[in-house]
Amino acid sequence: MVKENAPGGHDATLRLTLRVWRQRRGQPGAFEEHTLAAVPTSASFLEMMDLLNEQLVRAGKEPFAFDHDCREGICGMCSMTINGMPHGPLPGVTTCQLHMRNFRDGETITVEPWRARAFPVLRDLAVDRSGFDKVIQAGGFISVRTGSAPEANTLPVPKPVADAAMDAAECIGCGACVASCKNGSAMLFVGAKVTHLNLLPQGAPEADRRAVAMVRAMDDAGFGNCTNYGECQAHCPKGITLDVIARLNRDYLGARLRGFFASTGKPRRGGD
Amino acid sequence: MPCAPLTRGLSSVARKALMALTGLVLVGFVLGHMSGNLLFFRGPEALDAYAKWLHDLGPLLWAARVTLLVAVAIHIWVGISLAAENRAARAGGPEVAATRRASLASRAMPHTGVVILGFIAFHLLHFTFRAVNPEVAAAGDAGRVHDMIRLGFADPLVSAFYIVAMALLCLHLSHGVSSMFQTLGLRNERWRGPLDLAAAAYGWVIFLGFASIPLAVLVGIPPFPALAK
Ligand code: HEM
Ligand code: SF4
Ligand code: FES
Repeated sequence: MVKENAPGGHDATLRLTLRVWRQRRGQPGAFEEHTLAAVPTSASFLEMMDLLNEQLVRAGKEPFAFDHDCREGICGMCSMTINGMPHGPLPGVTTCQLHMRNFRDGETITVEPWRARAFPVLRDLAVDRSGFDKVIQAGGFISVRTGSAPEANTLPVPKPVADAAMDAAECIGCGACVASCKNGSAMLFVGAKVTHLNLLPQGAPEADRRAVAMVRAMDDAGFGNCTNYGECQAHCPKGITLDVIARLNRDYLGARLRGFFASTGKPRRGGD
Repeated sequence: MPCAPLTRGLSSVARKALMALTGLVLVGFVLGHMSGNLLFFRGPEALDAYAKWLHDLGPLLWAARVTLLVAVAIHIWVGISLAAENRAARAGGPEVAATRRASLASRAMPHTGVVILGFIAFHLLHFTFRAVNPEVAAAGDAGRVHDMIRLGFADPLVSAFYIVAMALLCLHLSHGVSSMFQTLGLRNERWRGPLDLAAAAYGWVIFLGFASIPLAVLVGIPPFPALAK
């Protein structure tokens, strides 16, 4: 364990009570309460969960299942609702980048999975986020001829456009936006993907089809409807803003209008 | 997940746009209605003449009424279907509830909406169909609209209901008017603050404008000529 902010070379430690969600797939779940006697303040939230699991294993009990991978805030796998807040109390960080120094000694911490119909619990704190995969399959790509890559400078991208696309591309697909939304809506995620691709010249040719297909996939996956609460922006670890939702609305409605008046390429039916 | 039969096949975003567009029609109506009503303070002649002018519009008046009715019907129908889906999609939410930013107004949209619906029903029975109070009906039927309003608001309970309903409408609009722009894709982080302010200001203007009338009747300021009998 790294000792990053250890005063006098020693970590301060916390005594914590944890209420952690325990659930088997398809069955009802419940909270289990455990205490950890000495959690270093320099531990990340996931490392604290590791300590809990080690304690459980030593006692012959079952550890809690939870998702994680990079543990450096870039993969989007970690996903815990901590005291009611996806990724915990600190804005702009993922669960793996949340450190225990942000909690108080003696505190009781409630740890739950993402809660949304579209994210069913697989086990304990791990949920099935394949609804996001379906949205990506519907339009989170560009269609190009494979072969040798074209010379990069043949596709000019103005700097402000590149910046805005990169801002949207920061989305790591964690699902905190859905988990924080009181409607279980995925508009921030879908908006980020649509904005990222529709802004760039590589994505522009399929912009209309993409917006329509991704919204349809989002609805089919069982996500809710955005009512502009703004909770998602306040919980997104990557600072994605509601601008991407406005952009998604604009691109989608524009695409539907253009589709409505698009030429069929044939003369009108039954006439000259 | 379209569920309501009338909106089957319309996506979430399309139905939200319907909410925003029908909301916009209502927002325009509410402002016009309030401005007209403020003629109350100019006295009986001004208001009665305005009412007569409206009625004499004939087919135009009916066109406006039908437009409003259709807008309200769509707004409520889609609003209820969206709210029901959203409840289901949330699947109960976390056991520990926490809110970082969603405003009270935004969270109460379906609730304030339902009270406004109840208000619209009562308001139409009260002053349009005049089925609540025979005295009010007699004044209204004689074209004495100013008298009708004073008689209608003589009951403090009725006045209080109007004032509370307008406060809730103010709340509905303080989220709705800015939300409308976002839904139609016409907002960004630069404009969110000013639009939220404009929505709140619009809500307050509507509230103060409408509520001033029952309030004026209750406290008897300004004094108007005695009711024609
Ligand atoms: C008749 C009863 C009404 C009901 C049941 C109702 C219900 C609702 C609901 C459920 C929403 C969606 C909540 C959201 O998206 O955040 C909404 C939005 C809205 N309402 Fe109403 N409402 C009613 C009357 C009105 C009236 C009289 C006005 C205008 C004067 C109005 C203006 C709006 C606006 C502007 C929106 C925002 C649309 C958007 O988010 O894009 N509503 N209403
Ligand atoms: S928009 Fe933010 S909260 Fe939503 S999936 Fe992407 S990174 Fe996570
Ligand atoms: S584990 Fe990869 S972002 Fe947290």
